[in-house]
Amino acid sequence: MADTENKALQSKEKVTLSTAAEQTKPGIVFTPAVDIFETEKELTLLADMPGVKSENLTIGLNKNVLTMSGEVATPEGENETEVLREYETGKYFREFTLSNEIDQTKIEAVLKDGVLRLILPKVEEITPRRIAVKTA
Amino acid sequence: MIFRRVTNWPSIYWRTPFGGELERLKRQMNLLSEGIFGGAYGGPSAGVFPLMNVTEDKENYYIRAELPGIKSEDLDISVTGDTLSIAGERKIPEEKGDVKYHRREREAGKFSRILNLPSQINTARVEAKCIDGMLSIVLPKAETAKEKQIVVKSS
Repeated sequence: MADTENKALQSKEKVTLSTAAEQTKPGIVFTPAVDIFETEKELTLLADMPGVKSENLTIGLNKNVLTMSGEVATPEGENETEVLREYETGKYFREFTLSNEIDQTKIEAVLKDGVLRLILPKVEEITPRRIAVKTA
Repeated sequence: MIFRRVTNWPSIYWRTPFGGELERLKRQMNLLSEGIFGGAYGGPSAGVFPLMNVTEDKENYYIRAELPGIKSEDLDISVTGDTLSIAGERKIPEEKGDVKYHRREREAGKFSRILNLPSQINTARVEAKCIDGMLSIVLPKAETAKEKQIVVKSS
């Protein structure tokens, strides 16, 4: 990513989720920013979820729908009063429909510094095989 | 440029008597007007990163910011008198091998920001930590800035 090396980072308002189904718990739900890329063997997903601890993160794969959901505990202490507020904290939620067949037993998830890295290995048979075309 | 940022600091964001929900609405309105007037409106968050939340109690100020994927060695935080400056870089390492991107929403880049606090702080005892991509800085108030209870004597 050479083009972004000297770029100044700009803050963005967090994207709130708007779905037909309402959450049972009140509070704001955000959709985390993600990077998704694919290699021949696997699909990798990176998601920014600052403040989410691994015990509060749920990842589910039902048929071909991948669901990620993470709870953020309120970081402010009880006796603190607000001076300046520029961002809100809440829950993170996002769903994806996967087009590849994923090997559910080999899914790997690592949460580090607020970034989730999810590795979804494709099922062996789906791995494309190169077919050599012979010229007669 | 840094100087401009200091003087540009918005007084409109400081605590007002309105409730939290109204504040949030006001902030979104500000962002919207920035979008319309291309930032010339003087909105604060134009180009400002990271967004910060500041709280206080009797002893300290607490500053929190969301910095996912930023390592502590890529962060540079300093304090003087009543200003806090934070600079750093968010790096997103290049993925190895033959990768095909489906989505690219996360951004990398450099940032710097200066924040003026309402009162002087004890710079010697400032502590910062970054856990789960959440930066939190504890800034103890200077003795002179602390609230003092005054006993009214009756004769």
